[in-house]
Amino acid sequence: MSGNSAILLAMAIPLAGAVLIALNAKRPNLREAITLGTAGLLFIDVLTLLPEVAAGGRPSFTLIEMLPGLPLAFEVEPLGMLFGLVASGLWIVNSIYSIGYMRANKEQNQTRFYVCFAVAIASTLGIAFAGNMMTLFVFYEALTLSTYPLVTHKGNEDARRGGRTYLGILLSTSIGLQLLAILWTWQVAGTLDFTVGGILNGKVSGPVVGILLLLYMYGIGKAALMPLHRWLPAAMVAPTPVSALLHAVAVVKAGVFTVMKVAVYIFGIDFLRESGHGQWLAYIAAATILIASLVAMTKDNLKARLAYSTVSQLSYIVLGAALATSWSVIGGSMHIAMHAMGKITLFFCAGAIYTATHKTEISEMTGLGRIMPITFGAFLIGALSIIGLPPMGGSWSKWYLALGAAESGQIVMIAVLMISSLLNVAYLIPIVARGFFQPAPGHAHEPAQEPSSAGAAAAPRTGSAGKIREAPTLCVVALCLTASGCILLFFFADPLYRLLEPIAVP
Amino acid sequence: MIAANLPALQIVLPLIAAPLCLLLRRGNLAWALALFVSLAAFAIAVALLTQVLDSGAISYELGGWAPPWGIEYRVDVLNAFVLLIVAAIGAVVLAYARRSVAQEVPTSQHSGFYTAFLLCLTGLLGVAITGDAFNLFVFLEISSLSSYVLISMGRDRRALTAAFQYLVMGTIGATFIVIGIGLLYMSTGTLNMADLGARLPAIGANRTVLAAFAFLTVGATIKLALFPLHFWLPNAYAYAPSAVTAFLASTATKVSIYILLRFFFTVFGPTFEAEEITLNNLVVPLATIAVLVCSTVAIYQGNVKRMLAYSSIAQIGYMMIGIGFGTVTGLTAGIAHLFNHAVTKGGLFLVLGCIVWRIGSCRLGDLAGLGRRMPLTMFAFVLGGLSLIGVPLTAGFVSKWVLVQAAIEQGNWLVAVAILAGSLLALIYVWRVVEVAYLRPAPDSAPEAAEAPWSMLIPAWILIGASIYFGVETSLSLGVAEAAARFLLGGAG
Repeated sequence: MSGNSAILLAMAIPLAGAVLIALNAKRPNLREAITLGTAGLLFIDVLTLLPEVAAGGRPSFTLIEMLPGLPLAFEVEPLGMLFGLVASGLWIVNSIYSIGYMRANKEQNQTRFYVCFAVAIASTLGIAFAGNMMTLFVFYEALTLSTYPLVTHKGNEDARRGGRTYLGILLSTSIGLQLLAILWTWQVAGTLDFTVGGILNGKVSGPVVGILLLLYMYGIGKAALMPLHRWLPAAMVAPTPVSALLHAVAVVKAGVFTVMKVAVYIFGIDFLRESGHGQWLAYIAAATILIASLVAMTKDNLKARLAYSTVSQLSYIVLGAALATSWSVIGGSMHIAMHAMGKITLFFCAGAIYTATHKTEISEMTGLGRIMPITFGAFLIGALSIIGLPPMGGSWSKWYLALGAAESGQIVMIAVLMISSLLNVAYLIPIVARGFFQPAPGHAHEPAQEPSSAGAAAAPRTGSAGKIREAPTLCVVALCLTASGCILLFFFADPLYRLLEPIAVP
Repeated sequence: MIAANLPALQIVLPLIAAPLCLLLRRGNLAWALALFVSLAAFAIAVALLTQVLDSGAISYELGGWAPPWGIEYRVDVLNAFVLLIVAAIGAVVLAYARRSVAQEVPTSQHSGFYTAFLLCLTGLLGVAITGDAFNLFVFLEISSLSSYVLISMGRDRRALTAAFQYLVMGTIGATFIVIGIGLLYMSTGTLNMADLGARLPAIGANRTVLAAFAFLTVGATIKLALFPLHFWLPNAYAYAPSAVTAFLASTATKVSIYILLRFFFTVFGPTFEAEEITLNNLVVPLATIAVLVCSTVAIYQGNVKRMLAYSSIAQIGYMMIGIGFGTVTGLTAGIAHLFNHAVTKGGLFLVLGCIVWRIGSCRLGDLAGLGRRMPLTMFAFVLGGLSLIGVPLTAGFVSKWVLVQAAIEQGNWLVAVAILAGSLLALIYVWRVVEVAYLRPAPDSAPEAAEAPWSMLIPAWILIGASIYFGVETSLSLGVAEAAARFLLGGAG
């Protein structure tokens, strides 16, 4: 039963890694080697599950009976497989990046950082492979708590305030709303196992379906449905690698992944569509998509802009669940991977810019593209994928989402998707354009500056935009990897589609 | 011989050891004796519970006098469970007490302290084990009087007024209970609780019985500090020595809840209250208010010990909600929470004791930077706090899960929401402490603080560890609680 042990290992490997990292606090090189080794091992481990799941198998594993009838149980199905692969795969890249970033910025408490990171990844895989809603909830909370020290990493007043918003919103929604929904589901359905076709199907009817759906959707605060999205911008006080992997991939994707799971396995797509309650959810998602994009435009801080962009993009996936057609569910699920790859690239770039130049505001980044061409090139690729233009992976998920909207007859949602793409262009492309095409502010006054710099060091400046000065190599390598990933996903979207097909067409 | 007399030994051992402690005079010797006895009491409690789970209730005739004339010790699944809680907490706290007491209590009073502690333990165990209503009152007084003494030994002079306040309220409560017992004796002519339970239905609910019911309810409610009769508790907990706070918080109120359960369900019977005065209408609203109001008050406390005291009143509210429902699920939740909260709150107070031992204060502001200076202690606090909030994989989650389920079963959505809201309030008061300890740098003037001694840290971690363990492995806490609930509602124990 290799599949079963692989599931357990998926959580045990990062946890063991966390322990080893903590034990080697005094030896930074060994500590970082352990992080990388753990990430590599984990990815291989998750990969070994793929053939069985792709062939239609559902490896499962029961750890312990926690409450009567409610075990901590795991079962790998396509959606969880995809999420597990995305999270564990990007952890490798992110670790490479983290090492460069954390060392270059001389961050404090690096051991705590890597330990919490590993625990957060273990929780993420627990979410991905959860076999019932209870197990998922357990790891959902574990993820919130293990990322709190990462958000408040800097330990200053800003971090404290950000952490308060983060924990406040995420825990109060999950305990106040999601737990209530889970208990309710348990009461009416008598089970919480993820079942194809839904466990609420036929057990509830009328307005109760709507209330439950509302409790779930706002209870899953990590999906950042407006107006409960404030925690995500607040979490941007964290170091950039945290924002990149956790708040563009693991945590937020855990949210929308849970939304998908609830839609597909708790309600059931057909039940959700026939009940008609997906309708208003789709409108909330659409509103979030548009409003968050508009807010993103107003943000001058690069990470804040990316955060609002994430809020907006997450609702694509919620929209996919709300439309509840087979195309939309596939599109939404695919978007988990596509957006992850694109957004992590953008965050890597933001961190690289900060590390190299200590600039955080977009208005300061004029002309930086000529100094950091690789970073800005990768940013362009990531941005195009987010916008959804070929040949980037992001185009496929948008394509299937639009097909889903058409299939359900909600033409207005296609319009929303298109407008959103335009808005994405409007808030992402100017950053690249500003970097490449506008001259650096220093350049305009070059005659005035020349004497001083020449007098100081007599450093010859190559060209008019100054020397190429990229971020540390490890950071650049990481962002190149994810940028190429965006392109690869365009050409290799077929395996993804094949993997996800069974959840939409049971 | 020993096996047959276990119920008597449970009480007699600590009772005899108590005066011996006083005679030993030397604090450390007294401590060693007390610890040994409390461990023995724990072993006996474990043996009793296993025996009850294996072969049903045990009846023990004290001095060979047959009930209902003689005093009967009757151990069923409910009080075997309570005995286990009291004895376990007693043993852990005593193991912890030596260093803590050495610092907080004057040396001349050490042997007196352990004497009072053992008497208190005797009293609490006695209340739990006896099957005789008047004997219950006697044991209640033994435990109460010794606890007044213990509280007054606190370092702060306000401990004296706190003890006095508790004395007044506790005496009123005990008097009400004895009046209630007297009225019952008047109408039935018996004091054996099983016998009372058999005879009362024939008498019906006449005025005397109703008055007895009212006195007993109010009396027990004062002792268990149900809102709004809780005013004695915060001061008593805040100013008592750390070890005493931990012990009383996990046992005294729990035993009082046991008294209430025993009278409601064994003496009056589950049908009595259902017909005459529905607990559902009386206790559940008060308990719900307790959860919301006292959790809110806890948020505004500057003293962490006081904050946890208010949190205790709120948590007692959870137990009473479950008991008030009077259903199997509700009672299971109430009894399971009794256990889970005893473990969690006991652990938290022990952790606070470690902090007091090291920095001499438990004011919130003085905790700044402790996350770095006392990492093991503060991490224990975080884990215990998570259990108070009711985060999954902690004991607090398990009982809240069952409790909300009980509320939903009743269709009582308001209470279900209030329970979850209580969790959120707990999140706020716990996280205030966490933020100060981890995210506020220590002032430069702060004394150099290291970890507390192992002899204190290990007992604290045992309880905190247990609050995690029982969040994952629930067959003991939930399983026994459910058996007790079914037994109380008239099914086979």
